[in-house]
Amino acid sequence: MRRPTDDSILTRGLLIAITIGFIGIFLLLPLLTVFTSALANGLQAALDALRDPDAISAIKLTLIVAAIAVPLNLVFGVCAAWLVSKYDFRGKSLLISLIDLPFSVSPVVSGLIYVLMFGLQGWLGPWLRDHDIRIIFALPGIVLATIFVTFPFIARELIPLMTDQGRDEEEAAVTLGASGLQTFLRVTLPNIKWALLYGVLLCNARAMGEFGAVSVVSGHIRGLTNTMPLHVEVLYNDYQYVGAFAVASLLALLALVTLTFKSLLEWRYADEIAATHRH
Amino acid sequence: MRSAAISSPFARLRNPSVLPGFGLTLGFTLFYLSAIVLIPLTALLLKPWTLGWSGFIAAITEPRVLAALKLSFGGAAIAAVVNAVFGLIVAWTLVRYRFPGKRLVDALVDLPFALPTAVAGIALSALYASNGWLGGPLSLLNIKIAFTPIGVIFALIFIGLPFVVRTLQPVIADMSAEAEEAAATLGATRFQTLRRVVLPALAPALVTGTGLAFARAVGEYGSVIFIAGNLPMKSEIAPLLIIIKLQQYDYEGAAAIGLVMLAASFVIILALNLFQSLLAARR
Repeated sequence: MRRPTDDSILTRGLLIAITIGFIGIFLLLPLLTVFTSALANGLQAALDALRDPDAISAIKLTLIVAAIAVPLNLVFGVCAAWLVSKYDFRGKSLLISLIDLPFSVSPVVSGLIYVLMFGLQGWLGPWLRDHDIRIIFALPGIVLATIFVTFPFIARELIPLMTDQGRDEEEAAVTLGASGLQTFLRVTLPNIKWALLYGVLLCNARAMGEFGAVSVVSGHIRGLTNTMPLHVEVLYNDYQYVGAFAVASLLALLALVTLTFKSLLEWRYADEIAATHRH
Repeated sequence: MRSAAISSPFARLRNPSVLPGFGLTLGFTLFYLSAIVLIPLTALLLKPWTLGWSGFIAAITEPRVLAALKLSFGGAAIAAVVNAVFGLIVAWTLVRYRFPGKRLVDALVDLPFALPTAVAGIALSALYASNGWLGGPLSLLNIKIAFTPIGVIFALIFIGLPFVVRTLQPVIADMSAEAEEAAATLGATRFQTLRRVVLPALAPALVTGTGLAFARAVGEYGSVIFIAGNLPMKSEIAPLLIIIKLQQYDYEGAAAIGLVMLAASFVIILALNLFQSLLAARR
């Protein structure tokens, strides 16, 4: 029996068809293309492409960059969220807007700002050259650009949740004689652990996959400053499609694992993760 | 004593709670924020002016720069409108209807958030190339998508869709059925109800989601450059031109374009926030 607020079968069928068609063409087909193109010459060819020394060094560099950027943003995210959620002070909403700022900056501009700071013609360029310190076209620049683009991820997962939770429990702990660190580890951390994990997951996925910002500061030195996404670009522009898509498959698998964990966390711990999610 | 505390410029920085760590977290947060975000952004704000005002204007009104800005903003606008229409349909379908594969479709919506942009870029490029799954059949119809501005728009649709869907979904789910029921009881057709009751209720979220998709698409780089073909004046986006200028050691020119894009993203975010607070004030 159709209620007056139900859409007609025809409308429903049409809208479902449009949804499946649109998602299929715009999202599913590109994803499938990655894997089928990687396997175009068989599994062995794809695996060989991954064993290439340049590919291995790109994978290593990507892991190193994420291993530096994610923990730093984790410490910052927890610090900023504690600050914003546990104290009242002037300028708080401005601070929150500033923390969100990197989300609205183009990736290329995110890389550009570090070139303007540390590049040869940049503010600190001459000084760095005289002291033989390389930031641009080297690991520090790649790490900085990655930190910038993943800057808000963890903070913005924690801020709404910790603001919701308030500070009563922490104040009780402190009043009963717990130290600040004890309070954080025993009271706050158990309350935010799933949201924290969620933020780390998204932060890590973006850190390993960042392309535009890293592309500006890396200099594309094969085997040295190429991360996985940059290596994909180099191979693709070299017409080595199987190799490019093989490395891309690894990144796509990382994305799929991230999405699976994300769905799992959202489904299992919905109440313990803040409600607003847009990245 | 009290007046002394008020007159001190640091009065506000005293620990405002019994919880310890205010000074530490405030200090570290401000230090990290300044070092990573604020100081480098200042470098961008200041760099173009070494050209002088007329030099800055000349740098951003160069025909090739104007064409690139036009494509980045125009393409992002078209993609945002497409995403507004289809995102609304997808969000509505995912919340209101049940169908096989719904959970998969719902999970796939997040793909553009998680998939590295370079991966999306080469995948779209391969898909729409003349020997690709979609590019092949389309080329028989004489439709070319890869290496044209349409390819750019397709990539921007990919990247923007989740913003619209994920902004709309919770609003549709929270919408009470009462208003729809009342409209139906009062004799409105289903189409009238959707147009007069449902759509206005969704409009704020739709505008916000579309605005976010637009903001993201304006600055997008990785998913676009592979499918775009990057022909100067035709299919070259503004972020790519920044990189080209950097490779030519034209730091000022690159910074000038970067500043325009930064200003644009501020204006978009500001406009969206203003829109939200206007709505909140009206209620």
